[in-house]
Amino acid sequence: MNTAVTLAAGADQDGFRLAVRRLLAADIAPDAVVWGTPDAGDLFGGSLAGDAPPVMLPRALAAMITPVVCHRDPERYALLYRLIWRMRHGEPELLANPADALVRRLEMMRKAIRRDLHKMHAFVRFRETIGPDGTARYIAWFEPDHYIVEATAGFFVERFRSMIWAILTPVGSLFWDTERLAIGGPGTKDHLPADDAFEAGWCSYYESIFNPARLNTVAMRSEMAGKYWHNLPEARLIPALVRGAPERLRDMVAREATTPIHRDPALAVAAMAKQNPKTLADLNRIIAAAPSLVPGATRAVLGEGPIGAAIMLVGEQPGDAEDNAGRPFVGPAGQMLDRALAEAGIDRTTTYLTNAVKHFKYQQRGKRRLHASPTTSEVKHYRWWLMQELGFVQPKLVVALGATALLALTGQPLPLLRNRGPISFDGQAGFVTTHPAYLLRLPDPATQQTAYTAFVADLQHARSLASAC
Amino acid sequence: MDEALDTKLRILADAAKYDASCASSGGKKRAAGKNGIGSTTGSGICHSYTPDGRCISLLKILLTNYCLFDCAYCINRRSSNTKRARFTVAEVVSLTIGFYKRNYIEGLFLSSGIIRSPDYTMEQMMLVAKTLRNEHGFAGYIHLKTIPEANPWLIEQAGLFADRLSINLELPLQKSLEDLAPEKNTATIKTAMGQMRERIIEAKEERRHFAPAGQSTQLIIGADTATDDVVLTTSASLYKNYALKRVYYSAFSPIPEASRFLPAKSPPLQREHRLYQADWLLRYYGFTVPEITEGGDASMLDLDIDPKLAWALKHRALFPVDVNTAPREMLLRVPGLGTRAVDKILAARRHMRLRLDDIARLTSGLKRLRPFLITLDHRPTRLIDRADLRQSLIAPPVQPSLFD
Repeated sequence: MNTAVTLAAGADQDGFRLAVRRLLAADIAPDAVVWGTPDAGDLFGGSLAGDAPPVMLPRALAAMITPVVCHRDPERYALLYRLIWRMRHGEPELLANPADALVRRLEMMRKAIRRDLHKMHAFVRFRETIGPDGTARYIAWFEPDHYIVEATAGFFVERFRSMIWAILTPVGSLFWDTERLAIGGPGTKDHLPADDAFEAGWCSYYESIFNPARLNTVAMRSEMAGKYWHNLPEARLIPALVRGAPERLRDMVAREATTPIHRDPALAVAAMAKQNPKTLADLNRIIAAAPSLVPGATRAVLGEGPIGAAIMLVGEQPGDAEDNAGRPFVGPAGQMLDRALAEAGIDRTTTYLTNAVKHFKYQQRGKRRLHASPTTSEVKHYRWWLMQELGFVQPKLVVALGATALLALTGQPLPLLRNRGPISFDGQAGFVTTHPAYLLRLPDPATQQTAYTAFVADLQHARSLASAC
Repeated sequence: MDEALDTKLRILADAAKYDASCASSGGKKRAAGKNGIGSTTGSGICHSYTPDGRCISLLKILLTNYCLFDCAYCINRRSSNTKRARFTVAEVVSLTIGFYKRNYIEGLFLSSGIIRSPDYTMEQMMLVAKTLRNEHGFAGYIHLKTIPEANPWLIEQAGLFADRLSINLELPLQKSLEDLAPEKNTATIKTAMGQMRERIIEAKEERRHFAPAGQSTQLIIGADTATDDVVLTTSASLYKNYALKRVYYSAFSPIPEASRFLPAKSPPLQREHRLYQADWLLRYYGFTVPEITEGGDASMLDLDIDPKLAWALKHRALFPVDVNTAPREMLLRVPGLGTRAVDKILAARRHMRLRLDDIARLTSGLKRLRPFLITLDHRPTRLIDRADLRQSLIAPPVQPSLFD
């Protein structure tokens, strides 16, 4: 005797899964099952009841069941059960063979569902209306081919989370109030607002973006079939656009080129190319006005010192003290630098000091602002400013203090110690040494003293190079 | 929406329609926070199709069509008598959000004529993107056309707000660019592309947001004398050197207010279609440019048949190929078999020996592949030598379907 299984109308995911558990527990073969929905009438067969143990299904199989259950084909449950049965009776790899006739058919059904979902995501059109409480509500009417309404809910919730909206369809409805999703029965088109503030603008856009020289209605119809048109506001423009296209094309081809009526804006065109800053002050104005690229920073810390300075020192980025003062090298590392400069016989006031990155990047830890290293790409973002600055200052020698400055001056991440000493930055005489902050971080006083002495020696070396230039 | 804004929208959408790019794909999945709006799906959605068969995914508009440049192929060049308009930043933001809330679009594709200076224009465009992101919590897709003449600081800022950046090379030959677009310069464009490429790769490593959907470009087809060979060689080098996501080909289309330097004629749509097919062969089928062009004649592709079939007909000695034993690279060279069909064949081969019926279930290109494929029950040894093979395989003329 056949076993009858009656499932709810539409996509009865839970009912189908329960039925599969019961059928497998009772070891009933696919040929002995009659699948139906309540409206299908009497099924002439015994039925199953009671609970059944859960069944472990491979992930690939579950990924086939969920979409196919949404299909309108009345045979969908029977086909799925046949697939499950065969995979549990000697053909565990069945799903991996796309050439099998059953797999092929189910694959086509799955594809149809994927397409239907995609088209619903694409072709739903909301109209805005103002609710009794004065808030905007968005209502749409759509007619999907299959039982996919619930399956699309996640997409619309994610995208329009902060809006109050409803999507009504002949097979069920979705309601979202910015917090909860409600699923309702079939809706009607009567609840769709008659018009919308942006719909005419959307139609203007649709008309204007169409190029009559490329008329291709076959391609349009293959992606936007006629069955969708009556719910798409823009589609009512299609007949006129298609009819008018050949003439518009003929017109364009036949029309003589006209003489420009505007005078040639020679001055404006010439001025256009002169946008780059002309002076260091120009550049500094741009830098000061630009928002920080790195997180943190209350202001840009500009370079300091005379144009034409013999030595230009480039550090990493301003720190907490520099960000507060708006001047470079005034914090603990700056004081260390001052001391070293003095010992090396370099006058800070005649030296140009700046940073590779002009903003203080930090992480807030309680009340403290902790220095955070700029990444390679951040340093390179700031590089253009530094290069302009270098061009204006035109020092005899540029000194890179630390690896970040070296990266900024060469454009490449290079090892610091291997490049320590004299270097050429693309033709500009340069010198590489450590950053004074590095000295501060050394834990052992003896090591610190050695490193400090080496740092001062480097600065002396740099000074002699600058005076030899 | 008031009439003045509607008029601007018409002018500035019309001015933007010659850009072929429409994709909203390539990014990562993402969704707005509680008070924001929008999401990206990763694969993009086409919300509508116009009667030219092209998809509407993004609101594609210019900020303004006033322009100081004088590119002969462009309707917005300074010497054209086209109607001009200019959006305010607020207007573009309001249109984008309004359209997005009604589910008309995936996001914004903003381009602009050059006004005052490249820097000024770039800043205005960026202000739109920044306002959308920061003030409206907009998480939809943003594609910004980058102005290569703008200073690098600005170009790099754009990547912070955009999903995709693009710079149109437009003409592959430097000479054509000099003749037809006097203010443009191939070297400037390529420098900017190189700079963006570097930043995109670094930001990905550093997990920072910088144009996560990469960069693309467009080449105009048929406005100058560049052959298909030149076009494809340019594309191959752009893919290789700048890691572009896409090169778009745009058949030069007659425009109202045409320049007298350029011929007014119907756009070479079939040529554009063949170039897209060839582009696919370059990127997904392991073909080189010389292999593709030798299928055609005098550095141009065969317009009547697709470039893979053209190549196969000139290499008949390599066919037929046995579907049950051939390696993937060879199956990819069989006319009528796409990458997906080949992957399915490889999967099915592990379970069975394939017959012609099985192949019919895996691909829709059966007619084209019959002379080139051996199956258990099909050995087309004589078909491949027939002199009229090419003729028998030419499909009846249909309008090409792009962007599918």
